[in-house]
Amino acid sequence: MIRGTVFIASDICKGCELCIAACPQHSLSLSRQINPKGYKYAELINDECTGCINCALVCPDAAITVYRQAKVKKAV
Amino acid sequence: MEIPVLENLEVVYKKPETLTDTPFHYCPGCGHGVAHRVLMEVIDELGIQEETIGVAPVGCSVFAYHYMNIDMQQAAHGRASAAATGIKRVLPEKYVFSYQGDGDLAAIGTAETIHTVNRGENILMVFINNAIYGMTGGQMAPTSLCGQVTSTTPYGRDPAKIGFPLKITELIAQLPGAYFVARHAVHTPNAVRKLKKALRSAFEYQKLNKGTCFIEIVSNCPSGWKLSPLESQKWIEENMFPMYPLGDIKVPGKNITAPSTENN
Repeated sequence: MIRGTVFIASDICKGCELCIAACPQHSLSLSRQINPKGYKYAELINDECTGCINCALVCPDAAITVYRQAKVKKAV
Repeated sequence: MEIPVLENLEVVYKKPETLTDTPFHYCPGCGHGVAHRVLMEVIDELGIQEETIGVAPVGCSVFAYHYMNIDMQQAAHGRASAAATGIKRVLPEKYVFSYQGDGDLAAIGTAETIHTVNRGENILMVFINNAIYGMTGGQMAPTSLCGQVTSTTPYGRDPAKIGFPLKITELIAQLPGAYFVARHAVHTPNAVRKLKKALRSAFEYQKLNKGTCFIEIVSNCPSGWKLSPLESQKWIEENMFPMYPLGDIKVPGKNITAPSTENN
């Protein structure tokens, strides 16, 4: 299974929850803390992320960076 | 903004470099942010940052020039397409786009919009349709739906008194100057992918000097609609799409067809 992860810039996230609804792996949730703007921010809650970039595509604040496991080239 | 480097993992998606680091001032969940980002991604991918000139409107996106790291001009209310016409005629080798909302493009700027397209000006017009005046406090826009409650139609829009929603995208698709006309949305990841593809082809068509490309983006306004961002996405699907179906309306080389509703 392809593994991935996300980095969410918590200081510019506005907690609109669109990424949480878009995540097919249910890997995102709102934090308990608030950021300097006063919003609860989205954060990764488990390691099921596959790096599908759905969350980043719907993020209105461009706060999400997505990482994915590099493809390992098979030795011939 | 610094993004961390992680071991054994490669970055597959990051904020486009043509977007500045200024955080958006838009309300949480607003479609403007996605539209800005996708537009800048396309400019990044085509490598035309230095050759693109944008025209910002009046409305919520009036500060688009704070976020888009390209040459920008801010136009008077409704006149973005007229300003873009001037820029394109003086600098025909540049890529020029206008970015307008529904109060700007479809209300005060209707004349400019129709005549720009009718002249077949070789620009891209991006039209954000959220069926309300967002910046000024949720008043009725020409594109507001029948029965929609806004601050100026507290009992719902009554077509007998105020008229029907203006489908300006279908209207201008009839004009011979329009080359590529499409309607897209930003409510789901797939819709965003399709929008990006359409914007990319619109910039590529601009090189061919064939006419105006016009892309309507059905967006949301959680604050104006008095809904949460997630509820507003549902509201788009339930109420906006029956009136504003997604899809290509005029594609180069094909006759005008009614937009299909399959893509919703």
